[in-house]
Amino acid sequence: MSATALATPPPAPGAPLTKKALVADHPTWCPGCGDFAVLASFYRVLEKLNYPHEKIVTFAGIGCSSRFPYFVNTHGGHFIHGRALPFAAGISLGNDDLHVFVFGGDGDGFSIGGNHLVHTARKNVNLTYVIMDNSVYGLTKKQTSPTSPLGFKSKTDPWGAIDQPINPMRTLLNSGATFVARSHATQVNHMTDMMLRAAKHPGFSVVEILSECVEFFEGAFDAANPRKGGAWNLVDEKKHDGTPEDASRHDITDEVAAFKLAQQAWPGSFGVFYENNTRKTKNVLEHDLIAKAKEKTKNASDLQVLQSTFARLR
Amino acid sequence: MVSPNSPETPGSAASASGSPRAIQDVVIRLAGNSQDGIQSVGGFLARLAGRSDQDIMTYMTIPSTISGGPSIFQVRMGTGDVLSAGDRADMLVAFYQHSYDAHIGSLRPGGVLVYDSDQVTPAADDNRFTNVAVPITTATVEAVGGTSKDKGKNIFILGLIARVFDLDVAKLSALIKERFGGKDESIVRNSMLAFDAGYAWPQNNLRDLFYRFEAVDRQRASSGRPQVTLDGNTAIAYGLIAAGVRHGAGYPITPWSSIMETLRVEFPKYGGIFVQCEDEIASISTAIGFSYTGQLAITGSSGPGLSLKMEALGWATMAEIPLIVVNVQRGGPSTGMPTNVEQSDLMQAIYGSHGDTPRVVIAPKNVEDCFYVAIEACRIAREYSTPVIILTDMGLSSRIEAFDEPDLPKLMVDPKADLSERGTDFKPYPLDKITRHAPPGARIASGKYPTVTGLEHDELGHPTGSPKLHTQMTAKRRDKIKKLAASLPAPEFNGDSSGEVLLVTWGSSWGPGLEALGRIRKVGVKAGHLHLRHIHPLPNGLEDSFKRFHKIVVAELNDEGLYGYGQLAMMLRARYANPSIVSVTKTDGLTFKVSELVAGVAKHIESTELDAALGVSRKSALATS
Ligand SMILES: Cc1ncc(C[n+]2csc(CCOP(=O)(O)OP(=O)(O)O)c2C)c(N)n1
Ligand code: SF4
Ligand SMILES: [Mg+2]
Repeated sequence: MSATALATPPPAPGAPLTKKALVADHPTWCPGCGDFAVLASFYRVLEKLNYPHEKIVTFAGIGCSSRFPYFVNTHGGHFIHGRALPFAAGISLGNDDLHVFVFGGDGDGFSIGGNHLVHTARKNVNLTYVIMDNSVYGLTKKQTSPTSPLGFKSKTDPWGAIDQPINPMRTLLNSGATFVARSHATQVNHMTDMMLRAAKHPGFSVVEILSECVEFFEGAFDAANPRKGGAWNLVDEKKHDGTPEDASRHDITDEVAAFKLAQQAWPGSFGVFYENNTRKTKNVLEHDLIAKAKEKTKNASDLQVLQSTFARLR
Repeated sequence: MVSPNSPETPGSAASASGSPRAIQDVVIRLAGNSQDGIQSVGGFLARLAGRSDQDIMTYMTIPSTISGGPSIFQVRMGTGDVLSAGDRADMLVAFYQHSYDAHIGSLRPGGVLVYDSDQVTPAADDNRFTNVAVPITTATVEAVGGTSKDKGKNIFILGLIARVFDLDVAKLSALIKERFGGKDESIVRNSMLAFDAGYAWPQNNLRDLFYRFEAVDRQRASSGRPQVTLDGNTAIAYGLIAAGVRHGAGYPITPWSSIMETLRVEFPKYGGIFVQCEDEIASISTAIGFSYTGQLAITGSSGPGLSLKMEALGWATMAEIPLIVVNVQRGGPSTGMPTNVEQSDLMQAIYGSHGDTPRVVIAPKNVEDCFYVAIEACRIAREYSTPVIILTDMGLSSRIEAFDEPDLPKLMVDPKADLSERGTDFKPYPLDKITRHAPPGARIASGKYPTVTGLEHDELGHPTGSPKLHTQMTAKRRDKIKKLAASLPAPEFNGDSSGEVLLVTWGSSWGPGLEALGRIRKVGVKAGHLHLRHIHPLPNGLEDSFKRFHKIVVAELNDEGLYGYGQLAMMLRARYANPSIVSVTKTDGLTFKVSELVAGVAKHIESTELDAALGVSRKSALATS
């Protein structure tokens, strides 16, 4: 998020940010849970970004995946189920110097928080959102989630899920997010790269990471795991090098092409689907409003503005 | 045409109808449709009163459907302290037949009915009033001419009222020019034409109606600052700004919306941001996020929206984040009576949400108090790191009152977040102290960054399942609010310090309560009036006041419920286990009339052994006073 239109101060002098400084409580996830790898990648992302430690904020909703902030030693916390995005919007808009990361699960983001996802995205609030999609409700122990495939047997659908699941990538693109990427928790380098690019994107960036719940939906994402005989298809991004083969590559600024990628048959492709660097962030737009208002009041002090308001009420 | 702005001035008008009768206050009800601009007549009168030495209180209803529909504006002007909107009107201006039909009952016998004879046919056999027929529609059309049709009827009536009550025409014309000055020049011209026509109208029996407000020696110490005229919602908005609030989020709902509209426009002038969110849940979440960055934020709504905010409010209590939540009460439940007043969100404000969520609830008593309650709420939220609910209501939200301009240089609070480095001993949740969060951006010398969380936690914010810690942390969250209670000033008290009855009010019932006290004592009943501004926590020591009266009558605009007590009465009975606490409640969507309070008190005095001592004559005097 740093390379934005909003000034970000240089990293604090002194030692670079290391994993050692970033680890906090020992993760409480089940052994083998995909979320461990997301956490490991996130440490690497923060090391690479090397932001001033005190300016990083890690927040989450509720779910196994949403426990994330306890395991990262930064300012942060754990909000209520599904509402971490509007909360984080307040953080981002409240202090532009901060680097805001939000973590959560598929239930948290697409079900109870679905409407917030759409609105935070369309407003292009400057923050990075990582969805750890395990296609099941983990914390509450195996109920159907909005990304559970048809036929998935859960405690709420013992006969197999009957409701059409959502297509996460299509949902994210449709919501107006200005950076949309997809990754897989077994691919640490790829995840790191996606989160890094998301963090550097000015505006609302979201990475959907398929992260297996070994407890309640084992093997959910094997189809995209080469070690399990699956196909790992990377998005072949256009290089703008003028070569003939470049013509057929994916232009990440092309929204229609991004929707086409999102329509691919399971397990689809991984990488950056879409990035739009032309839309202003809400942070910038609100600051434009402030600048205009201040121009009108000729930069009067708060007291002067309020006094002149009261004078008009006489 | 005779123009009040031309040589034909009030003085000469006075001579035409003899000398004016002196009055102390008058209640005028204008009844028409919402597009007739009768609210702006009220606004002009209010601001005129603010610029004169008259108090003013207005009472306004707007239909919940926006385009057209019946609308009234009741204004009470007086030279003394005006405490309530007035039980019955002295003058009714009826623009339409439906206005006449719906409001003739609010006119006191002997009062003046002014009706548009182009639209209204009053009941032929009703001779209780002085009926004055004025062809308001045609007279306005004739005066203004052109294509503006009957637009300007409101200003015509304003002119007529100015003539009848001998109002300061120069000041009124100045207000009209100020109001419309920025617009098309023809609007000012047409307005003045309509005003002059109304002013010059009085003829036939209207000529005999001529009043002047008595000059009274005002007891109120003048602050030396000029009067300002505004409504309760605006007062809350500017109170928050004075208190250093620069961030907020909300979702529209009547009658809360005007606060968010004001803040959306005002905050940027102060470098702040107000976000319109997708719903009330997002709004409170965003506001808490703002507060988490070290800058006290505001969200708000009306009853249904407050319900939606409850889960997040529980989080703010658990995580101990300062927050201002404004709730402008209206008739409920559900969509209920969205443009009427009720005080039925009290229990929701105090006990809504889940788990044990001690928090603070305060209620303004009038428009001026809306400003100061906002400041008080912010002080408490910061000092005790807690959510504070401001419980105002539809009555206050749209009512206009004049009051002394606040001493702004003294009151302004610096909104800056404290991002200073925190020492190695920093703990977000110390058991022996009130929480002081380190907002993101603040370095922590130990290198151990805090988590704020809705899970039960230890002093450092780490989740814990320890029974002992949950007990201790629950006590920590409760005890800070008890500490606040101990620091609160004694509530406003008027009347006899002991006696037969203590009338207890909260919120906008303050004015009618105080006026009722006057009437009750006038007939010889020893009585007091206690008004609660801090509703949760209650200030300490109320039991002593209660003990000194035989009956404690709690008046509130909500239902008596399954057990026969209003919401505050229920709480006071639970807290003080005092069986003398009884209730006067009503749910007609209107503020208390003074007579309703007096009758309510009389009923309860009747029901005690004290009845005998009271004597029949006093009882009936009370009931009819
Ligand atoms: C208001 C509310 N409703 C329900 C819950 C219970 N709950 C907690 S987490 C969760 C679903 C978690 O699923 P997901 O977001 O996919 O996260 P995961 O555990 O799979 O990582 C639910 C239903 C809650 N905490 N709050
Ligand atoms: S239940 Fe599933 S998602 Fe939760 S920690 Fe265990 S493996 Fe991970
Ligand atoms: Mg899940």
